[in-house]
Amino acid sequence: MTDKTKMTLGRRGALALAGAAVGSGTITGFPTIWAQNIRDITLRQVGTGVSGLNAIAEQCKRDTGITLQLTVMDTDALAQRIATQSRTFDIADVEYMTTKKTYPVGTMQAIEKRRITNADKIVPIFTSGRLTPTSQVAQGTAPHTVGFVANRLATAFEPTQTEWMTLIPTIYNADTLGIRPDLISRPIRNWKDLVDPAFRGKASIVNVPNIGIMDAAMVMESAGQLRYIDKGNMTRAEIDRTTAFLIDLKRQGHFRAFWKTFDESVNLMASGEVIIQSMWSPAVAAVRSRGIACVYQPLEEGYRAWGGGLGIARHVSGLQLDAAYEYLNWYLSGWVGAYLNRQGYYSAVLETARTQMSAPEWDFWMEGKPAAADILAPDGRVMERAGTVRDGGSFTERMGRVSCWNSVMNEERYMVQKWNEFIAA
Amino acid sequence: MRAWFLAAPLALVLAAFLLVPLAMLVAVSFYDYDSFRLIPDFVTTNYVEVFGSMVTWRTYGKTFFFAGITWAITLLVGFWVAYYLAFVVEGTGKRTVLFLLCTIPFWTSNLIRMIAWVPFLGRNGLANRALQGAGITDQPLEFLLFSEFAVVLAFVHLYTLFMVVPIFNTMMRVDRRLIEAAVDAGAGFWRVLWFVILPLCKPGIAIGSIFVIVLVMGDFVTVRLMSGGQSASVGLMISNQISLLQYPAAAANAVVLLIVVLMMVAAILRIVDIRKEL
Repeated sequence: MTDKTKMTLGRRGALALAGAAVGSGTITGFPTIWAQNIRDITLRQVGTGVSGLNAIAEQCKRDTGITLQLTVMDTDALAQRIATQSRTFDIADVEYMTTKKTYPVGTMQAIEKRRITNADKIVPIFTSGRLTPTSQVAQGTAPHTVGFVANRLATAFEPTQTEWMTLIPTIYNADTLGIRPDLISRPIRNWKDLVDPAFRGKASIVNVPNIGIMDAAMVMESAGQLRYIDKGNMTRAEIDRTTAFLIDLKRQGHFRAFWKTFDESVNLMASGEVIIQSMWSPAVAAVRSRGIACVYQPLEEGYRAWGGGLGIARHVSGLQLDAAYEYLNWYLSGWVGAYLNRQGYYSAVLETARTQMSAPEWDFWMEGKPAAADILAPDGRVMERAGTVRDGGSFTERMGRVSCWNSVMNEERYMVQKWNEFIAA
Repeated sequence: MRAWFLAAPLALVLAAFLLVPLAMLVAVSFYDYDSFRLIPDFVTTNYVEVFGSMVTWRTYGKTFFFAGITWAITLLVGFWVAYYLAFVVEGTGKRTVLFLLCTIPFWTSNLIRMIAWVPFLGRNGLANRALQGAGITDQPLEFLLFSEFAVVLAFVHLYTLFMVVPIFNTMMRVDRRLIEAAVDAGAGFWRVLWFVILPLCKPGIAIGSIFVIVLVMGDFVTVRLMSGGQSASVGLMISNQISLLQYPAAAANAVVLLIVVLMMVAAILRIVDIRKEL
């Protein structure tokens, strides 16, 4: 009850001040109603390195006046922070898979859909789970299954869309294997190529249990070792088979190393210690930007996808909550979308992002067409020469071929134990 | 009464920041948990899982292995470095300068000293290029990096000084007349070393050993980075569990590790009575 009163007061106060701001004619250009009084507001955002980017904070300050304080940490540390220290941040920039674990703790509040201007334009992957009305829902923790709750303070996920969203989707991608084409002479077509004896001592897999186990599952299925009922929610027997397979490979010396952070994967690949491994798209770009050939290889069995979004901590209220909504709306309004699309990720509202991208950029990143002009990285360096085609092709070819999403399984505790067994083997 | 007052500040600090957290650690180790919550309870599942899993035993085995090898090498290297500084080098000024030289690596962080090995030992690293360039090997040596060799190498590099300093310290207190007397009585170099210097250096060796063993037993970063995630240690196991929010399991593991390390320290102190001989 008290909470509600505070909110109304906060909003009324905000509107009054905003009215004054409009009257004084200081608002120029940006379509915001309370740009003046949120100018002093600071939002503390925690997130992973993927989207915790200073350029976004700087642009946000310019466009909305909101000061964004970014703290970057790894996936596991972020989950801990959300579950145990939610007072230390206002906005969480977090993966849907993590949300499955952390939202039920009750440290976040749901986001009211009607206050999000572009809510209806969000890519349907995040609302219905299907890219097009006819496409399949992929296995694993699909974002729409943990995207909605019944009301602001509910902690149980709803199976269908509601007016209350746990996160506003912001960023997602389809992951596959990265390879060094200069050091591998044959074509790579399947996930099982990761465990080809030809690459003994030159392969790597990501050592984040929830993600690594999915890559392993893709390999297992591809090699015809096992057909999972649901890769994203394995049974104990399936977990046993998968880790036994991995342990066997490890004993043969198949893996050169395991990596845990983005830069570790870049270094392994760039130094030639590893020539085929699980990889994330910006890591491939980072290797390539050193002038070393690296391909984000599309594979026949499809991709392992992940998605992230922004959520609001439960303690945020009043004017600060208004600012948070303002920030979320700004995030979907185009600039950030274009910025993320240009790095090879995808943004949740495509049409607004398109308005901020040049035609050659859009065609290269989203349509999978050969680059009509040199494609520049956000910092202005040439990233791809004219004529190159994006690995994996267009948005629909890539996101339409998602085989599973990053997952948190019901048997997570058991899975982690078995994974540790693999690492310790 | 006065003594109580004098001891009170330290006692309070230790109580607040050591005893209370330790008590909490023990309490949490009996909690239950699921993927995102601690459930206050009194269950022994965490300990059953610690002792019932082959992984724990194998990981402890691997950790003892690292601790043992590192201890032996650092002792050997550390002892002779200290011996050189204490008995061979003449003049206090020169000795101080050389001693300071030993500490230079400590001007950068542990992590950086460790990471610096990676480009040196890698498949296309400096060591392999030099070996191939000199015609000693015709293929890169793979075992140099991301292996147990690399882990032990980094440990030795990181911790030898912890052995040097206490041994050097005790060596400097050895009464030189004892050595002279031994030599006069006809003892050769090895006899002097074995019957005079070594017994008098025991406290230093014990302190150095405690440093090295405790540091290696609790380590998780070195093992992860240098083995490329291929090896495990108890510390790494605990750190993995913490990062996956499995606090009770991590707490149970930590309690077991604490007991094991305390037992090792107690064993060392039983062999060498530091207080008597210092």
